[in-house]
Amino acid sequence: MTERFHDIALTVNGEEVRERVDARKTLVDFLREDLDLTGSHAGCEHGVCGACTVLLDGAIVRGCLTLAVQCDGARVVTIEGASDSGALADLQQAFQARNALQCGFCTPGMLLTAAALLAQGGVPSREKIREHFSGNYCRCTGYHAIIDAVESVARARAGGDA
Amino acid sequence: MKIVDDVPSGLTALDRPNSYIGRSVPRPNLARLTQGRAQYVSDVTLPRMGHVAFVRSPYAHARIRAIDAAAAKTAPGVIAVVTGAELAEVMTPWVGVLTHLKGIKSAPQHPIAVERACWQGEAVCAVVAKTRAEAEDACELVTVHYEELVPVTDAETALDAATPVIHESLGDNLTFERRHEAGAVDLAFQEADEIVETTFRFGRHTGVTNEPRAIVADWNAGEQRLTVCQGTQAPHMMQNLFAKHLGLEEHQVRVLTKDVGGSFGIKVHTYADEMATVALSKLLRRPVKFVADRIESFVTDIHARDHRIRASIAVKRDGTITAFEIDDLTGIGPYSVYPRTSGIEANQVVNLVGGPYRCPNYRAHARVVFQNKNVMCQYRAVGHPIATSVTENLVEMAAARIGMDPVEIRRRNLFPDDGYPCTTAAGLRLEKLSHHASLDQIVAMMDYDALRAEQAALRARGIHRGIGFASFIEVTNPSAAFYGVGGARISSQDGATVRLDATGAIFVASGVTEQGQGAEAVVAQCAASAFGVPLDKVRVVLGDTDNVPYGGGTWASRAAGIGGEAAWQAGKALRGNVLAVAASILQADARALDIRNGVVVDADTGRVRLGLDEVARIAYFRPDTLPPGFQAELMATRHYVPRAWPFAFTNGIQASWLEVDTDTGFIKLLKHWCVEDCGTVINPQLVDEQVRGGVVQGIGAALFEHCVYDERGQLLNGNMADYLVPMAGEMPDIEVGHVVSPTGDSELGAKGAGEAGTAGAPGCVVNAVNDALRPLGAQTITEIPLTPDVVLKALGKV
Repeated sequence: MTERFHDIALTVNGEEVRERVDARKTLVDFLREDLDLTGSHAGCEHGVCGACTVLLDGAIVRGCLTLAVQCDGARVVTIEGASDSGALADLQQAFQARNALQCGFCTPGMLLTAAALLAQGGVPSREKIREHFSGNYCRCTGYHAIIDAVESVARARAGGDA
Repeated sequence: MKIVDDVPSGLTALDRPNSYIGRSVPRPNLARLTQGRAQYVSDVTLPRMGHVAFVRSPYAHARIRAIDAAAAKTAPGVIAVVTGAELAEVMTPWVGVLTHLKGIKSAPQHPIAVERACWQGEAVCAVVAKTRAEAEDACELVTVHYEELVPVTDAETALDAATPVIHESLGDNLTFERRHEAGAVDLAFQEADEIVETTFRFGRHTGVTNEPRAIVADWNAGEQRLTVCQGTQAPHMMQNLFAKHLGLEEHQVRVLTKDVGGSFGIKVHTYADEMATVALSKLLRRPVKFVADRIESFVTDIHARDHRIRASIAVKRDGTITAFEIDDLTGIGPYSVYPRTSGIEANQVVNLVGGPYRCPNYRAHARVVFQNKNVMCQYRAVGHPIATSVTENLVEMAAARIGMDPVEIRRRNLFPDDGYPCTTAAGLRLEKLSHHASLDQIVAMMDYDALRAEQAALRARGIHRGIGFASFIEVTNPSAAFYGVGGARISSQDGATVRLDATGAIFVASGVTEQGQGAEAVVAQCAASAFGVPLDKVRVVLGDTDNVPYGGGTWASRAAGIGGEAAWQAGKALRGNVLAVAASILQADARALDIRNGVVVDADTGRVRLGLDEVARIAYFRPDTLPPGFQAELMATRHYVPRAWPFAFTNGIQASWLEVDTDTGFIKLLKHWCVEDCGTVINPQLVDEQVRGGVVQGIGAALFEHCVYDERGQLLNGNMADYLVPMAGEMPDIEVGHVVSPTGDSELGAKGAGEAGTAGAPGCVVNAVNDALRPLGAQTITEIPLTPDVVLKALGKV
C-alpha cells in the first residue's frame, strides 16, 4: 500500500514550510487549515469558480484542483503574500476605487487572475479582459466594475491615464 | 432632493461641509477584503471545535427504517454520531406559517429528519469529527435503511386526488391559496379589441453564493451561553430562533456576523442543518462548525421561482390596456420555510402583476403546493422577476398584436408621473413614482430610434437583433406589514448608536448587516454627515447581537433606507449632545454652534471654536470642570421605522439589446440599460453596482440557471459544471441612470435599490429575444431559462 501521508517542503509567501500532509489534501485546504492562510477561499471545490486561485511557481492555479503533495519543492504565493509584497497594490487600489467587489469572496482570486493578464503587457480590450476572467465567478458585481478596474490599471501601467 | 433643513446657518443638511450624502465614497471595509484579511465564518476556528458532516437522503421521499451508526462511531476522529430522534431531545421543531397569509399551513420540521426524509438532500444523521474530512469519511460508514415512498414532484398534479399527501396531518398538498379581484375584469375582456393569452414557465433556480452557508456554534456550559458565528442577514431574528428552539432565554444567545460571502436572500432563512449544528454544540458542550460544500448548497440552499402562470391581457386598438388576469401555480418543496414562509413569493406575484400600469381591472389566483423537492423561499427580488416578466411580456405581446411600438404602449398606460399618490389594481399604495421620466431617460440613453434603425439594417443582412424593455416597481423599506403583523419576530425597525470616542472620532453601531452591498459605508456616510466629522473618523460596528441596537438586518432593500435613516438621526442627536457640552465649556449658546469637519465652529461664520478631541477630553477626563449638575451624554441612539407607508415602492425600467444566432440558438447580450428611482441616492456608486449585480443575477435566471429535477425528485445538475451561472465573458456592459423621487417617510428620503436589477432583467431579455425572432415567424417564447433549445424550438428548428 502506498503511503497516505507525505512530508513536503515548499516556500509559501517566501517562508519555508515543512509539513506532513494527507495525500488527498488539496492545496487550498492545506493553506487554509494547516497554514491559517484564509485569504484563499474554497468556493465550488471543483475548479469552476476561481475563488481558490493562488500562484504556484509564478503561474495561477486552482487551489482546489492542486494537491498539497504536488507542491513539494514549489514556491506558492497567496493573496496575503502578494498583498504584503506590494505586487497587487495598484490593482487593489483600483478595485477599491471602482467598488469592483462587494462581498469580497472572489476578490483574492480575481486580483491574482488580473495580475496574470496584466503581466502579459499592453492594454487588453474589454472583451479580452472578460474572456480572461471566464473561470472566475462573481455573484455580486455583474463583472462590469471588475472589467473597469482592470482596464484602468492596464492603461495606467501603459502610461495612459487611468 | 429632499433633506430637512436643520442647520441654523442656512445651509441644508445636504450642503453641510461634511455631507457625504450623494457622494461615491469608497467603502471602509474594502482594503481588508482585497488583501485576504477578511474573516468569513468559513475562516473561523475555535479551541475544541468539531466539524459536522451530514448523511443526506438519496431519496426524495423515504421512510427511515433504521440507522446503523456503529462503524461510524469508532471511525478515526469521530466525536459523535447523532440521529434526528436524538437531536429532537435538544431542539424543538418549527412550523413556517404567518397569520397574515390567511390559511397558510405547513408541517413541523426537525433539524434532522425524524422517521421520514422529504427531499433528496435532507439530513438524516449527523457526524461530528475532529476534521471535516474525517466527518465525511465516517458518514460513508453510516448505514441508513430506507423505505422509498412515492415522491410528489409535479406541482401540476400535486393537488389531484390520486396524488399522495406528503403530510397526512395537513389533509392535502395545498400550502397557501390567494384570490384577488378588482374592477370589472369579465367586462374588460368582453369589450377588448385584442386578448393575448399564454402560459409562462419560470425554472427553479438558486442563489449560488460564492461562500456557502457557514456557521460555528459554541455552547459554553460554564456560562450557560451560546455564541453563534453565522453568515446571516438577520442576526437578531436568528438569536430569537436559536433561543426559542433550544429552550433558552434570548440573552443567553449571541449571534456574531462578520464578513459574509454573498447572501441575496439565501442567508435570511432557518436551515435545518444550521439549526442542527447549534443543537449539536449544546448537546456536545463544545464548538461545532458546519460549512456547506457546493453539492450540499445545491440541494439545501433555498431554491426560488418555479412558477407556472396562465396569464392574459386585454387591450384596445388604441393601446389602452384594460385588464390583466393570472393563475399562478408554484411548488415549494415539502415545508414552508421558517419563519418567513414560502407563501410570500406567490403573494408578491399577485401584488405586483400589472403594478406599473393604471389598468383598474385585475383578477389573480395563486396556489402554492407541497412537493418532494428542496424547499423554496425568498431569494433576491422575491416575486418581482415573475410578476415583471408576466406583465411586461404580456404588454409587448399585446403591442405586437396591435402593431404598436413597445415604448408607445407604455407611454399610454404607465401611471402618470403627476398622478401620485395612487393605488394599483392589486391594492398597493404608491407614494411617488416616475415611470414616464424613467422611460424618457432610457430611450435617450440607448438612442432608441438609432438602435431601431440599426436593427432594421442588420436584419436586411440576416443578423437578428432584438430590443426589449421591462418597466417595474420594487418593494423596499418594508414596515411591520411585511412580517411583524403576521406574528414573526422579525424587526422592521432598526437602530443606530453613535458614540464619541476620547479623541473625537465616532463609533456607530447599527442593526443592519453587511454582505457586500455597502451597508457599512452607507451607515458611516449618514452618521458622519449628520454629526459633522470626516469619514476617516467613523468606525462602524455591525453584526453582533450583544453590541448593536435591536434591528432587522439587511434584506428586502432596507439597509440604506431604514438603517441609514437611523444612523442619520443618531448622528444628529449626538451632535446636539456634543454641542451642549461645547456650549457649556465655551459659555456659548448651543444653537449658535455647529460641528464641521470634526471641530466645533460658530454656525454663522464657521470660525473654529473647539476640537472634538478637546470636548471629549474634558467630558471624559475632567468632568469636574463642567458646571455643577451638567452631565455630558456622548452617546446617542435613535431608531427608525417607516410609518406613513407600508412599503417605499421604487420604480424603473430596463432595456436589453441582444443578438440571436438562429442556427445555434445562442444569445449574445450586447448591451443593457437600467434607469431606476430609489429616491435620495446616498452613494451613487453603490447604487449603480447594486443595480448592475442585480441585473446580472436576473440575466442568469433568464438564460442559464435551472435546478433540473427528474420525475423521482432527483436534482440532476447540482454542481457548478452543470448548473450554469453568468460568467464575465457572456455578460454585457450595463449603463445605469437615475430619477430621484424621495420618500416623504424619512428625512433622507432614501428608498432601497438592491433588487431592482433582478426584478426587471429576465422580462426584458425575453422581450428582446422575442423582438429578434418575431419577424421570422417564431413562436413567442414564454419560458426561462431561455436555452438554445428553447430558441430553436420557437423557430421550429428542433
